[in-house]
Amino acid sequence: MSGNEWPLWEVFIRPRRGLSHGHVGSLHAPDAAMALRNARDLYTRRQEGVSIWVVPAAGITASSPDEKDSFFDPAADKVYRHPTFYDVPEGTQHL
Amino acid sequence: MMHPTKSRGTAERFRGDPAKAGYLLQLGDDALIAAQRLAEWHASSPEMEEDVALANIALDQLGAARLLLTYAGEIEGRGRDEDALAFLRDDREFRNCLLVELPNGDFAVTIAKLFFLSAYQLPLYAKLAGGEDERLAAIAGKTRKESAYHLDHSAQWTIRLGDGTEESHRRMQEAIDRLWPYTHELTSGDVSRDEWLSIVEPVLAGATLDRPGDGWAPGGGRTGVHTEHLSYLLAEMQVLHRAHPGAKW
Repeated sequence: MSGNEWPLWEVFIRPRRGLSHGHVGSLHAPDAAMALRNARDLYTRRQEGVSIWVVPAAGITASSPDEKDSFFDPAADKVYRHPTFYDVPEGTQHL
Repeated sequence: MMHPTKSRGTAERFRGDPAKAGYLLQLGDDALIAAQRLAEWHASSPEMEEDVALANIALDQLGAARLLLTYAGEIEGRGRDEDALAFLRDDREFRNCLLVELPNGDFAVTIAKLFFLSAYQLPLYAKLAGGEDERLAAIAGKTRKESAYHLDHSAQWTIRLGDGTEESHRRMQEAIDRLWPYTHELTSGDVSRDEWLSIVEPVLAGATLDRPGDGWAPGGGRTGVHTEHLSYLLAEMQVLHRAHPGAKW
């Protein structure tokens, strides 16, 4: 199949209702419909999900490891962005 | 068993009934031999993703075979469990249709075999799921969802190969033509020819494939008269159990 390989797809699974789709991995498939089916076979064999998204890997724009310093490090010393400056009322759940 | 008394009634009603046991063997053997053939693709599929897909389908069929053969053994009442039925019968005792025992051929032949089989198993299981025999209805209720997926998977491939390149079209048409005669055996019982065609024909049309004409209709599988291919398949499938009776992993 060299030179004639199926395109790469990224797979996102929603584990159950109310949760977001999360990235679980990637696979090769000739088109979107088959990618969805391959994802079902590869990533939901053990009841991992109730919904699947497949996205062409080529359609994803990713941040570059080279930009790590400028992208992410500046957030490191800005503790005031965390919601930790107030008291949580007693009895609050799911926070 | 949600209704023990009712279930016992079902089992009692059929116990020792050779026609019922034979019917269950027919269903179970179709699934078992299909599973064995599909498993031959393991680690040899065109792509890794397809390898997993075919193995999943093989395991679905094997799971159905286990339930059906276990039930057949109980009805038969001669103390044979699923293993005894799968591994210790000779070819003349198998009741599977000829289609499932035919060699895999190339990928197009394998897909055509699965497509034709699923187009039969899906309406069959749908009927049995609403049938009087509660235990069989429970088994069919589970397997018909699996069959729906097998049908989808094989139909998707039939369309892609039929409506694909010149070479894939040629191979898919060849597979359809070669296997078509064996589909008559599928539609000589609970599933009518019209019912089966109503599933198969739209897919063939969508795949730009010609529907072959009806003619030669080989049969015999349901009465234990098989092609030579089954003997070789059984030799491979049964050798371990026969060499080491009762062996466990």
